Amino acid sequence: MNATHDLIAVFGGIFGLLAAFSAIGAGLKWRVSPAAPHAVIDNLNARIKAWWAMIVLIGAAIWIGKGGVIALFAFISFQCLREFISLTHTRIGDHRALLWVFFVFLPLQYWLIAIDWYGLFSILIPVYAFLLLPISASLGADTTRFLERAAKVQWGLMICVYCLSHVPALLTLQIDGYAGRNMLLIVFLVLTVQSSDVFQYVWGKLIGRHKVSPAISPSKTVEGLVGGVLTSTAVGAALWWITPFEPLEAGLIALIINVLGFFGGFVLSAIKRDRGVKDWGALIEGHGGMLDRVDSISFSAPIFFHLVRYGWA
Amino acid sequence: MKVDTLIASALCGFARLLTGVRATWRDSAPEPRPRVYYANHRSHVDFLLIWASLPPPLRRLTRPVAGADYWLTTPLKRYLINRVFRGLCIDRRPERHGPNPVTQMGEALAAGESLILFPEGTRNLGDALLPFKSGLHHLARAHPEAELIPVWIENLGRVMPKGTVVPVPLLCALTFGPAVTPQPDESRDAFLARARDALLALAPPAD
Repeated sequence: MNATHDLIAVFGGIFGLLAAFSAIGAGLKWRVSPAAPHAVIDNLNARIKAWWAMIVLIGAAIWIGKGGVIALFAFISFQCLREFISLTHTRIGDHRALLWVFFVFLPLQYWLIAIDWYGLFSILIPVYAFLLLPISASLGADTTRFLERAAKVQWGLMICVYCLSHVPALLTLQIDGYAGRNMLLIVFLVLTVQSSDVFQYVWGKLIGRHKVSPAISPSKTVEGLVGGVLTSTAVGAALWWITPFEPLEAGLIALIINVLGFFGGFVLSAIKRDRGVKDWGALIEGHGGMLDRVDSISFSAPIFFHLVRYGWA
Repeated sequence: MKVDTLIASALCGFARLLTGVRATWRDSAPEPRPRVYYANHRSHVDFLLIWASLPPPLRRLTRPVAGADYWLTTPLKRYLINRVFRGLCIDRRPERHGPNPVTQMGEALAAGESLILFPEGTRNLGDALLPFKSGLHHLARAHPEAELIPVWIENLGRVMPKGTVVPVPLLCALTFGPAVTPQPDESRDAFLARARDALLALAPPAD
């Protein structure tokens, strides 16, 4: 089958679903509280509206091609990184290291995908940034909480740039019998993991009773977690026809990335909790910041990439 | 006049884009009445963020109070502060001969304008807040009709610390607090300490 044909089918389906959700959201608003604000429904509608914008953006990037997807994820990384570092304690002595992070390592990581240099792509940040950034920070001659500052900058770079860059890196894999269809791997990953977030929210709101860990996240419930992960695992299995996997494999892989995605949100919630904030930013109405939206992708993308690379490429 | 307004909007837009600034009003709201916005001071462009975060009609009525020793030194800075930002340049030196800064500021308030003031008097390169200069107290006593609104500026000092050329694109946040009013029997130092505490109360918890 033709990749363009499949992309049109998948995006057509998403647009249809979003249109249905928008109609339901508008109907709920009209039935329940047409004039007065209603916290849950207004938040739901804001989220649906933001989904439209995000899906259109991803669709446009895919339509442009490899360059568009790389540029989109470079921008997402940039926005996440500024949200992360903004909430992290750094000092004047880190200024030069931060310039390296934003203006050298981030663009370089994505440029390596563009030129298809996998060897350096996989070690640029874990090895070279890891060694060079503390050198740069040490030249700032400020030892106050030095290890903590260096560790936080490296951690932000790993989560926001290194892990996320594995999404567009899927385009560089050579899979037998799957040539020209790699874009669909990105659609599979993003759709499965993001639908897991949505279904966890929905199941949690509907039947959520038992909190997974009130100390870390007041909104995550066991019912939401199980229902969300299982539902979106079914979504992943149902999408097997756009992947190089068999239906059962697609379901298993979807389960793995959904569980990882859940823990991505969980780990970053722990950091937010520690810093005393609810969201990483206010970029996307109803969702919070960019990092709030992609934390699950950040944790699942590298593992998904490796599974495909070692199992199918 | 037209060009000046255009440059002002462009600079505000650029500052907002670079810093992604988000303004939160806590127990106060943007209102067109004489006010003194007083804030912590980390960089020369602090006032620009406050200015850019105000709704445009208020922005036109709000004037940054600027040190003449910095802003009147080159033709470009002179043009920016006088024409674009409509700043109120004051002479900070104790041995000055010109008009009294408090009188100058009072005239602006009496004319229905608002001011942006940095009561630390100079850019603070460390953490927290320096002690306040007394100008804020004189101004509050002389103009009880003007509201004193504390504004905490978070992160701008990290975007472009003193002595650096390239900014780091971090996100900045502004918190506008509730108005502070001097009490009838309050001493100068007690009032300044209270105003300072009101500003510190808007800062995120230290880590």
